[in-house]
Amino acid sequence: MPRPFTPKVVTANRLLEGDAVWRTRDGDWSPDMAQAELIEDARTAELRLLEAAAEAHLVVGAYLADAARGETRPEPVHFREAFRTRGPSNYAHGKQTDMQEKT
Amino acid sequence: MYRFNDFDEAFLRDRVSRFRAQVERRIDGSLTEDEFKPLRLMNGLYLQLHAYMLRVAIPYGTLNSAQMRQLAHIAERWDKGYGHFTTRQNIQFNWPRLRDVPDMLDALADVGMHAIQTSGNTIRNVTADHFAGAAADEIADPRPVAELLRQWSTDHPQFQFLPRKFKIAVSGSRHDRAVTRAHDIGLEIVEKDGEIGYRVIVGGGLGRTPMIGKVLRDFLPQDDLLPYTEAVVSVWNLLGRRDNKYKSRIKITVHEHGIAEIARLVEEEFQQIRPGFAGLDRDFLSHIEHFFAAPALSEKSTAPNDAAYETDPVFRAWADTNLAAHRHPDHAIVTVSLKKHGGTPGDATAGQMRVLADLAERYGHDELRISHEQNVILPHVHKADLPAVHAALKAADLATANVGLVSDIIACPGMDYCSLATARSIPIAQQIATRFENLKVEHDVGLLKIKISGCINACGHHHVGHIGILGLDRAGVENYQVTLGGDHTETATIGERAGPGFSADEIIPAIERLVLGYLDLRESRDETFLQAYRRLGPAPFKALLYPEAKADAA
Ligand code: HEM
Ligand code: SF4
Repeated sequence: MPRPFTPKVVTANRLLEGDAVWRTRDGDWSPDMAQAELIEDARTAELRLLEAAAEAHLVVGAYLADAARGETRPEPVHFREAFRTRGPSNYAHGKQTDMQEKT
Repeated sequence: MYRFNDFDEAFLRDRVSRFRAQVERRIDGSLTEDEFKPLRLMNGLYLQLHAYMLRVAIPYGTLNSAQMRQLAHIAERWDKGYGHFTTRQNIQFNWPRLRDVPDMLDALADVGMHAIQTSGNTIRNVTADHFAGAAADEIADPRPVAELLRQWSTDHPQFQFLPRKFKIAVSGSRHDRAVTRAHDIGLEIVEKDGEIGYRVIVGGGLGRTPMIGKVLRDFLPQDDLLPYTEAVVSVWNLLGRRDNKYKSRIKITVHEHGIAEIARLVEEEFQQIRPGFAGLDRDFLSHIEHFFAAPALSEKSTAPNDAAYETDPVFRAWADTNLAAHRHPDHAIVTVSLKKHGGTPGDATAGQMRVLADLAERYGHDELRISHEQNVILPHVHKADLPAVHAALKAADLATANVGLVSDIIACPGMDYCSLATARSIPIAQQIATRFENLKVEHDVGLLKIKISGCINACGHHHVGHIGILGLDRAGVENYQVTLGGDHTETATIGERAGPGFSADEIIPAIERLVLGYLDLRESRDETFLQAYRRLGPAPFKALLYPEAKADAA
């Protein structure tokens, strides 16, 4: 029996800013994981990663990260990925403030 | 003042302009990331979890006020207004943007600094005691010898393709503050019958397979330093394993062949090559020594210090913990703590850097040092000036009186910044410091070294902490493993694992039980945590960490 597929998102760091970004359904890169496309099967995951690899002028080190289907949006599974959506815990730097400034 | 630089101005400018072009070519797509990555790493630029990070070298941890001011300027102009001083005696900027990095490097070159990382399997930069040239217990300043070794090994044709990187540390004092026993070669300047020589220690290192270096030669005459060091490196170059990068460091070679066999082979090689060396180049060494000459210390009354010590309890508490004995009795070595309770170990704001620069210029012969314990040092301050220095530090929120105490914690960046991390380290350090500050016991507890790493690479030196904490990922949850009894000094020891790890919630209470429990175990106020551990062995300390296990066994 095939093992159940853990849903994935494609994520990377932006080339110019270095911040964490996620690949959206439209093939853009968003600093907000809520915008990410949640990928539910292995073949699509592979394909999306290849597409991301072709965008080396925008992002660095794209990879597939496990994600969960939240109420309305993909959510991180591992704590490392959760930290990437927020920023460091010792200062209010990174997304936890940058994102608020935008909204 | 000596420019402790590997590179001259023209070379630095050339490197920056080449890197500027490389950045442009990466951005316009003519360089792939695979091509660009080694180039940016060579220039000190890493990509971390949330941003790029620029790592700037501070050779021998030594800075002048102009350089410190420039670091402040860089922090403000291109980063978020602060910098992080590390156990490797360098500074890291956590938020640069790729396009700005060439400008940052140019700003560094303006003050003779750079972010060039010696990389590859070569002899890396040589490190030395941060109290060099000032400590009362010093036999000789270790920096000239460190600099001699660095210049000798740079571009040495035989040593460009070593099995792995190779690090040397030099201590010039009876007390080892350079962690010589955790380096591939550690040299201790020693004195025998009025003659200066070196104790040679090999095979130390931390990381995945921690080892304490072993004494290879108890007394090596000064003139034999270069041929003997060359013999050590040559023997390892032949024997060192190239098949497995985890087994290639000299610590594994020494472990596999035994120190006696290595000593025999080194001696053989040494006898062969020695005639080819005309003796340690004394002219060259004294030329280097000239650049490290001691500052002209002033003579004046220490009365202001004595008065403040009598009347100001805050000053007294600070003086008792943060000062070290200077070789001149009217002077002191000031350690400025970057470990304010609840703060991030090793961080300084741009404003604080400027205050430190001003103090160095006004009261400290323009010298600043960065210690591997992530503090800043004013190595030569006249005692008469201490009250003024303390007042200025207090105004800049830099007068925390905790050097060597529970809250003077070494912590690596961990998963708040580092992409290799398996758990966070900074919040653990913050919480321990805050907890003990609230308990008001740290002066009673006395000397205690807590060191925290966020993964097995051990950048936070946890193996040699009296209490070491290693952050791991256990099934997707942060977990903290405790080691006990480590020591980074001349009596270096690798700490022993105490038992199962603790969750992020459990680790702070566990450390509290351990430290408060020690207060009941010690024989007297004078017995430090480490001494009590050595006297009693691990059992009573484990019982403090794991009270339920004890209850189960009963
Ligand atoms: C955040 C970026 C960092 C990365 C990617 C990194 C990576 C590493 C790696 C891979 C090693 C093991 C090298 C080896 O043994 O071959 C190492 C060792 C080391 N790192 Fe870091 N590190 C980082 C930050 C730091 C910081 C901030 C410090 C100081 C606070 C530090 C201090 C050290 C030290 C002292 C060692 C040597 C341990 C030994 O003796 O084996 N590193 N680092
Ligand atoms: S010990 Fe690990 S987590 Fe900490 S800085 Fe080094 S590589 Fe990063």
